[in-house]
Parts: sequence; structure tokens; C-alpha cells
Amino acid sequence: MLKIEGLTATVDGKPILKGIDLEIPSGEVHAVMGPNGSGKSTLAYVLAGREGYEVTGGSATWDGHDLLSMEPEERAAAGLFLAFQYPVELPGVGNATFLRTALNAIRRARGEPELDAMQFLKLARQRMRELSMPEDMLKRSVNVGFSGGEKKRNEILQLALLRPKFAVLDETDSGLDIDALRIVADGVNAMRGPDFAALVITHYQRLLDYIVPDRVHVLMNGRIVRSGGPELAKELESEGYAAIQARAA
Amino acid sequence: MSVTTETLQTVQSVTEGTYKWGFETDIEMEFAPKGLNDDIIRFISARKGEPEWLLEWRLRAFKAWQAMSEPRWAAVKYPPIDYQDAYYYAAPKQRPKSLDEVDPELLRTYEKLGIPLKEQEWLAGVTTSPDGTERAPVAVDAVFDSVSVATTFKERLEKEGIIFCSISEAVREHPELVRKYLGTVVPPADNFYAALNSAVFTDGSFVYIPKGVRCPMELSTYFRINAKGTGQFERTLIIADAGSYVSYLEGCTAPMRDENQLHAAVVELIAHDDATIKYSTVQNWYPGDAEGKGGIYNFVTKRGACRGARSKISWTQVETGSAITWKYPSCILQGPDSVGEFYSVAITNNFQQADTGTKMIHLGPRTKSTIISKGISAGRAQNTYRGLVRISPRAVGARNFTQCDSLLIGDRCGAHTVPYIENRCMSAKVEHEATTSRIAEDQLFYCRQRGLSEEDAVGLIVNGFCREVLKELPMEFAVEAQKLLQISLEGSVG
Repeated sequence: MLKIEGLTATVDGKPILKGIDLEIPSGEVHAVMGPNGSGKSTLAYVLAGREGYEVTGGSATWDGHDLLSMEPEERAAAGLFLAFQYPVELPGVGNATFLRTALNAIRRARGEPELDAMQFLKLARQRMRELSMPEDMLKRSVNVGFSGGEKKRNEILQLALLRPKFAVLDETDSGLDIDALRIVADGVNAMRGPDFAALVITHYQRLLDYIVPDRVHVLMNGRIVRSGGPELAKELESEGYAAIQARAA
Repeated sequence: MSVTTETLQTVQSVTEGTYKWGFETDIEMEFAPKGLNDDIIRFISARKGEPEWLLEWRLRAFKAWQAMSEPRWAAVKYPPIDYQDAYYYAAPKQRPKSLDEVDPELLRTYEKLGIPLKEQEWLAGVTTSPDGTERAPVAVDAVFDSVSVATTFKERLEKEGIIFCSISEAVREHPELVRKYLGTVVPPADNFYAALNSAVFTDGSFVYIPKGVRCPMELSTYFRINAKGTGQFERTLIIADAGSYVSYLEGCTAPMRDENQLHAAVVELIAHDDATIKYSTVQNWYPGDAEGKGGIYNFVTKRGACRGARSKISWTQVETGSAITWKYPSCILQGPDSVGEFYSVAITNNFQQADTGTKMIHLGPRTKSTIISKGISAGRAQNTYRGLVRISPRAVGARNFTQCDSLLIGDRCGAHTVPYIENRCMSAKVEHEATTSRIAEDQLFYCRQRGLSEEDAVGLIVNGFCREVLKELPMEFAVEAQKLLQISLEGSVG
């Protein structure tokens, strides 16, 4: 279970998160929706441990472990995965090499045996088939020359390979066409189960037609102003954020 | 941001412990008296039993050196060197006749220096890795201080007519070859350090590959500077006769010292018609401590002459050590359709300075040169690429492609590019590309979020940056080079 209590955070000295309370038990998928500037990405980066995002109060624990005191790679080993909104390029670093190194780093931290090149390749090919991804993606440098859609699919491939316990998807749907959206949703849904929890951050309701959440939260001005079932997303779409804010006030 | 603050903090905390080969070996050594004059040169020549013509050659070089003044144009700063305050000859007292007779203390040194260069196995001629995989044998000439102590696989190579031995031995056994080629690519009066080297060189490797022979294994020389206060002046001469091929690996280490040590080597390569020489270096000299005290001054003259038509000389280097590096492995492209290549990764960290690059001199028609230089700076280091592409009027249809990329880690280091292009031929084509980049904080965070430690992330990104060069290294060096990149950047990120 992910438990966030009274979390406040600043970016460049400016307060962005102003008191977040959230509980996501294992086995559930929650969605966070909100207008631009509400703090959605900040929440994602604070959970992942990015520098420049300072926690000023509150706590965030995963299965009782204090996430906020851990280094980013320690959080990854504990089972946290962040699907980036803007995946960065790593020139000259082969996708296969990167994925295998990451996978083995996490396996090592968990005391599991590492995979050699052949074992990894077999696993990777299998996952790529499941995600309808062309095999040559493994040979390319990480995200270099990838289209927006390919970058997002590469994030989901990593999700499928690293098998995290808790995934944060930061606007994974932005820039995707319907087909790519389906592939991404299939990848996330394939992970669903009692040992997997996810926080899906999105602007638009459309993704949630494919990844149906158990709970929806509305984030506005650094606070969660309303929570509800999947129908809340549809309500947001027809009424807009302003109406929801007015009602919550 | 935080990454750079931590860079500074960690640079200050880097200690000798990072450089693993900093120990000394206790061996009975014989030294020439300190200082440099005609008598010292006669001493060296006599000790090595050299013929008169070579002594004369040395003395002429010494005279030329005395008339020269030390060059100071490179973008490197160092206190003046007192040339009289050094020993120019240091040799183990016992001259072994075979590997069995080699001082066990010496062998223990090589053992300690261990796996990274695999010379222990190479010296023993081992062809199976610890994990059981087959490995091609590598012939090794081991040089301890200024003296070659052993060469393996000599008989095997002799069967093909290949000569691979120390220069001293070549002078004794094949004087006509040495006399024919020595100093023809780097004449003694070429520059200050070449003149010094020509006067006092004590040993180095000699290679001759006969016509049409493809050398069946990598050849390698392993240098170690051990004795205090000595300079290392080795001389290497490699000749590839028509249609032959050889791949040569040069590797070296030195113990840590407070004083600086001078390494002024000369390497001459000659390739005849249709011959290829591949020369690879993975250099890990002692870089000086974190405050910039001590370390090796690496002032080397390396030059290859593509004399024959369609000949090819290729320099590949990974430089991570030396307090100061000042070298320009070069190619003189005389033969029509000859090819020169230069692939380099130069890393500078802490207070290292490097002014390095290459010279491609196009003389013959349709000659081609390729330069790929990757410079990585960290800490307070200064890394300068200085390249010359000179195309003479007769080099009709010549082509050059140069790519120099710089990577900066932290904000106290510097990267500089000084390209010189002199094109005097209308039909020649010269292309030059350069990029400068930093390891971005978001790249590091991306890797860390996937489970990699910050140092592993830097290693991965740096290896990606250097990939084009690293893939030119022979297998034996490729793995070591990657590890070396990682080690030399230890402490460059928080």
C-alpha cells in the first residue's frame, strides 16, 4: 500500500503540494486528474525522488518503508517505477544494454540472480511481442530518434520488464493516437493483480476508458479536492475543473 | 544544482586509494649517475653494448637537443623541469635470460598489477580465461623501468618470420633493419622531446612483419615506471612490409609519487604497400593526487608513415591517466590511396591537463583520413583537442572527416577544441564536426529511477558517448577500457 499523509513540497522555493492525503492499496489502480499547474507532475517527481523537488512536510510510505528518505535507485529497488511524461534520450546507450543493466541492478538489490545477455534477450523479445513492438527497438539508442508514441511505448516496455510493485504513470497518454493508447493501456492492464498498484496521472478522461481506475482523485492547487469512483472522471469531462472546484469549496 | 556541488565535494575527497597500481617494487637496481651529459650517454650506450654508429646517432641527437629550447605552446601549465635532476638509466641488476630466471619479485609485481591488462596470463602464455572461455594468445614484451625483461611467443612468431623483440636486442640481432628505419619517421631534431629521447632512450619494442604475413596474434608491450626520479624514454619501431598486417597494444602503469615523472617516448610506424598497422593504447598513468601533486608528464611523439600505396595506419587510444598529456599520434599519408585513422577517448579529472590530438598530413593522391575524438572533462580538469589536417597540393582527391565531441561533468572543468585545417588542393574535401554537451541532470535521474546508482549511470552514459571509439579497440582492451572509464570517473559525481 502506498500511504501519503499531509505531503507538502516546494519547487524552486515555490509551494506546489499543499497537503496531499492518499492511500493506494496493492491491487488497485487510482487516477489523479487536474488542470495544468495543479501539482500532478510534482507529485510524481516527489515520489520518485528527483532533485529540486523539496519535501517540506508530511510523509510517503510504501508498505511501511519511508520512501522520502531513500535514494531514487533505492526506491526503484523497493518496487517503484515512474513512466516519464517526457522520456529523456541517452545517446550511444543501446536500449537492450540499458534495460538489461537496469533489470539486473534491481534484481541484485533484491538478492535475485542476474540475467545474462541471452536470458535477457529471450525475456525482452517475449514482452515486446506482447506489446506489439518491433524488435529493432532494442538495437536503437535509448529514446534517440523515437517518436513521441515510441517513447511512451518504450516506457511501458520497461514497465513490463522491470515488473514494479508500484507504478506512477505521468501523463502517459499525452501525444498518443488511439492505437498507441490501446497498446499502452494493454501493457498496464496486463500488470494488474494483487501485487501491483498504480497511480495514473492524466489530464483527459479518455485513457481511463481503457485503464479503468478503482478510484479517481481530483488535484487542484496542490490539494486533492474530491475523490470518487470511475464515474467522477466522466463528471469532470462534462463539467470541467472549475465546476468541481466550486462544488468542493 | 546538486550534481555539481557534489562533484566539487567528492573531488576533494578522492585519495590515492582510487589509483590501484600505486605500489612500489623492491628490486636491486643499478643507476647511472644523476644528470645529463655526453658521459651519461656513453654510459648508457656502453651498458647496452651498442655499436659505434648508434652511439654517434645518440650524441648527434644530444647536440641537437642542447641547441633547442623547451616548447611552451601547449595549453598545459607545469613548473619548469630540471633535466639535470634525474637519472637517465635504471635497470634491474640481474638480467634474466628467460622468464624462469626473472626475479620473482618482478613477477609478483606483474601479478599484483593483475587482471586488468591480463599480462600475467599473457606472460605465461595462458589461453583460457578464468571462466573457461578460449582466448587468443597475446605476445608480450615486458619492460620494467627502462629495460625489457621478457618476450613471450618469440619462437611461434619467428616461424612466420616475424621479429618481435626489444629494441636493444634488435640492434644486436638485426642492425641493418634498425639502421634502415630508425629516425626516418621522427628524426632526432624533430622536436625537443624527440631529441631528448633519441639521446637517452634505453629500450622499447621492435616489430618487423615480413611481406604478405598477417601477424597471428596481438603484440603487446607492457611498461612500468618503478624507480624514483627516473624518466621513461622508450623507443618503439614497427615495420609492416608489403601486404602484411599487425595489431599492437601498448599499456602502462606507474606507482604514485610526490614528484612528477617524465615519460618522453617516441613511436615510429612504417607501412609499405597494402600493409596495415593497428596501434592501440590504453593509458592509465598515475594522474597526480587530488590536489594535483605528482603524476606523470606524458610528452610523447608518435608518428606513422603510410609509405606504400593503399597502406593503412590506425591509432586508437583511451587516455585516463597522466598529470599532463601532450601527444599527437600522427599519420603521414604518402602512398596513393593510403588511409590514416585516429580514434581517441581522453578523460581528465581532478587537476589533470591534456593537450592532445592528431596530425593527418596528406601528401599522396586519394588519401583518406578519419578523426574521431571524444574528450571528457570532470573536476577541475582542462581537456584540449588540437588537430591538424594538412593537405598538400599534390594530394588530389584527398578526404578528411573529423568529429570531435566534448562531454563536461560538473562546472569547474573545461574543454577546448583547436582545429587547424590547411588545405592546398582544390579537389580535396575536408569535413569537421564538433559538439559539446554535459551529462544532464534529467539523464542521470532517468537512469537512477530505473535502479542504477549515480556512478553506474555516469559510466553508462560515458560509455555510450565513447562507443564509436571503444568499438575500435581490440577485444583484449575493450573490456579493460570500459572499466577504466568507470574508475577514472569515480568521485567525479557525488
